[in-house]
Amino acid sequence: MSVIYLLLTISIVVALVFFAAFIIAVRSGQYDDSYTPSVRMLFEDEVIKTTAEKSDAKIEKSIQLNKKQKL
Amino acid sequence: MTKCYHCGDDCSTTAIVFDEKNFCCNGCKTVYEIFQTNDLTYYYDLQSAAGTTPLVIEGKYDFLNSDKITQRLIEFDDGTNQIVNLFIPGIHCSSCIWVLENLKKLHPGVTNSQVDFPKKMIRITFNRELVSLKDLVVLLARIGYEPYISLDDYDKGKSKTDRSILYKLGVAGFAFGNIMFLSFPEYFEVGEFWLDQYKGLFRWLMFAFSLPVVFYAGNDYFISAYKGLRSGLLNIDVPIALGILVLFLRSSFEIVFNLGSGFFDSLTGLIFFLLVGRYFQQKTYSFLSFERDYKSYFPIAVTRLNKTKKEETVQVYEIKRGDRLLIRNKELIPVDGILISSRAQIDYSFVTGESEPVQKNSGDKVFAGGRQSYGAIEIETLKSVSQSYLTQLWSNSVFEKDKTTTFQTLTDSIGKRFTIAVLTIAIIAASFWMFHDSSKVLNVFTAVLIIACPCAIALAAPFTLGNMLRIFGRKKFYLKDSHVIEQLAQIDTAIFDKTGTITTTESNTITYEGMELTAEEESLLKNTLRASNHPLSRSLYELLKEHNIETLDDYREFTGKGVQGVKDKSDIKVGSADFVGHQQQSDYKSTAVHVSTNDLYKGCFVFHNNYREGVSEVFKNMGDYVDLAVISGDNEGEKARLEKLLPKLTPLYFNQRPTDKLEFIKELQAVDKKVLMVGDGLNDAGALAQSNVGLAISENINVFSPACDGILDATKFKYLNNYILASKKAMNIIKLCFVLSLMYNVVGLYFAVTGQLEPVIAAILMPLSSISIVAFATLATNVIGKKLN
Repeated sequence: MSVIYLLLTISIVVALVFFAAFIIAVRSGQYDDSYTPSVRMLFEDEVIKTTAEKSDAKIEKSIQLNKKQKL
Repeated sequence: MTKCYHCGDDCSTTAIVFDEKNFCCNGCKTVYEIFQTNDLTYYYDLQSAAGTTPLVIEGKYDFLNSDKITQRLIEFDDGTNQIVNLFIPGIHCSSCIWVLENLKKLHPGVTNSQVDFPKKMIRITFNRELVSLKDLVVLLARIGYEPYISLDDYDKGKSKTDRSILYKLGVAGFAFGNIMFLSFPEYFEVGEFWLDQYKGLFRWLMFAFSLPVVFYAGNDYFISAYKGLRSGLLNIDVPIALGILVLFLRSSFEIVFNLGSGFFDSLTGLIFFLLVGRYFQQKTYSFLSFERDYKSYFPIAVTRLNKTKKEETVQVYEIKRGDRLLIRNKELIPVDGILISSRAQIDYSFVTGESEPVQKNSGDKVFAGGRQSYGAIEIETLKSVSQSYLTQLWSNSVFEKDKTTTFQTLTDSIGKRFTIAVLTIAIIAASFWMFHDSSKVLNVFTAVLIIACPCAIALAAPFTLGNMLRIFGRKKFYLKDSHVIEQLAQIDTAIFDKTGTITTTESNTITYEGMELTAEEESLLKNTLRASNHPLSRSLYELLKEHNIETLDDYREFTGKGVQGVKDKSDIKVGSADFVGHQQQSDYKSTAVHVSTNDLYKGCFVFHNNYREGVSEVFKNMGDYVDLAVISGDNEGEKARLEKLLPKLTPLYFNQRPTDKLEFIKELQAVDKKVLMVGDGLNDAGALAQSNVGLAISENINVFSPACDGILDATKFKYLNNYILASKKAMNIIKLCFVLSLMYNVVGLYFAVTGQLEPVIAAILMPLSSISIVAFATLATNVIGKKLN
């Protein structure tokens, strides 16, 4: 029955590991905003447009568009 | 009536069609174009018509060119990468979150952007070599998400988030769960041999787990009780701290001398439930601020004209006497000064309560806080920001006081009686047993102190009020904290401001007095008004019937006087009385636009304040249980209308300055009245702070409202009476909860006084009472919430 010492130790250590995980999670700032992640996860994943050229052309165009609308 | 694809407003007759979609204006169409070119049309799939019309004003963000200013606003800077936190009041839906987190598609200089929706803030990481802070802000403004940067952001440093309640909850919950498991063997005490052998081990483990709970998680209660006792107050934390202390000491005593297993499970359970209550009560609306003073209303920088007449951006605190400043259309005048330009129309409605813009001529003094409407003006500074009339308003001592410390909540007053009652019972019971069986004295004394659990009492208020806060928030009535509900239930006097509070600046009621205009005259009038940009012309234009649009032969505008239009030999003059050639009684108070055709005076359009929907009912219903009054900074022009609208004999005061309002409330409070002040502008700031409860009415909650205890959305004004009645009902629910907890206490005291208190009984009774009270409070408040419209 002295095995109970071992069992208690193991269970307490496991519990402490989870407790440490909780503290680390809170410190990392995860719980500061509990609403936005619920919205964020419902966004659809983007289909990544293939060639690098296409994305370069897009960047060019967006900079131009910004410049054009300068007041 | 087609709706704009971007913002959802009606397109009226001037819809712009682009890409087979309708837009109400060029601004909306441009934003759509930006999104479409950058593959961001998913914005419209998430939420239809989620956009807002972009409002970009030339030169508004020039102050961000200054490095000194941007350094104070940027959170992190390592030379290449910078991080900035911007407050964007326009964030309101999932599309907003999506497009703002995809900001990198709109500009490659943006590395990452993350939105915090409850706070309405965005945190942008960007490469300063590719994009500057000013470019970023202008980009955001162009897509309709203009950030709000005020003097407050410049002054305030970074604030650290306080997460201690979460840590304490974690510790208490963790320990509570583990101690429950460890105490199970002793509940079912069967005299078993093996249980007896290891009893000590289990007990010392429970002791070890309880240490962090008592000394870390529960230390708030000890500190608060100590502070209360030191200032002679018996607040609710005193019996709680007493209970925790007695529980801990008795349990430790029992295991040291092997007398029993102690009450560690009830101890940690008590602290855990109390912390849950406190966490639930802490509902804050992080996107609103109830602490705003003039600093959040002022811009960070203004345009100064230096000796060579060149424009330079200068920080508002650096303005000195004699500086020449350029104030553009819709910009705020930050300092007291003298008008250099020939004419100005300044809107002081927020500062003094005057509903119509004030006309100023060259050489007149202009005060800080007014908003220039209609064109740019130049002023010469007389006083610096800290000495101006507006800032002086905040030097009143009422702003130093903290209202919450003087108010004794219902819980605290019950707590006082509770402590005394419990101590009395404990002493009586102990003395009884002293004569009958002295071995039980200590047992009974401590048992009474343990079981007479104030935790149910301490939980009633947080859960009831916390839930009411949330219910009110859903109905767009945002309160600072739960104390406000208690104060609101007690008021017996209500003071209302006029301009902006019971009137709305959105629209005017316009009546016509004079000779009727013929159809041609009306058509000429409407076409003349169409050419004018003056706000009064626009309101009048909307009112007149549809007429064909015709081009005028001649049109002239005389700033500050009126406009003149000519067509086919008939001419029309619209404007001030002497402009149209009419002798006017000089004491005519309301704003009027006079009309004359072919030099023949026809009549005038009188602009009245438009009163909010439901003002009469609110006043009538509230008049049943509070004294009412209206105090206004405006002139007496509306007196007759107000007398008709409000219940008979409601006192009306006009031409009140901000300090007059404050003094009025002080006088009422001197005769022990509990005053509610309802206002909206800076001129109400002192009164809002002085009153027991200060509510600010807001047309757009994203825009500045002065420091107050609660913000009510303007569309919900007609429900004000219902909200106050709901607060009173909530207080009744708390009282019912107290009665319920009293029943549990009676049962528990029976066991305690007869010396039969076993740990297992305490462990059952305490959670049971707490949970049932929480359930009752939550259900009852939800019922109240359903009944509220």
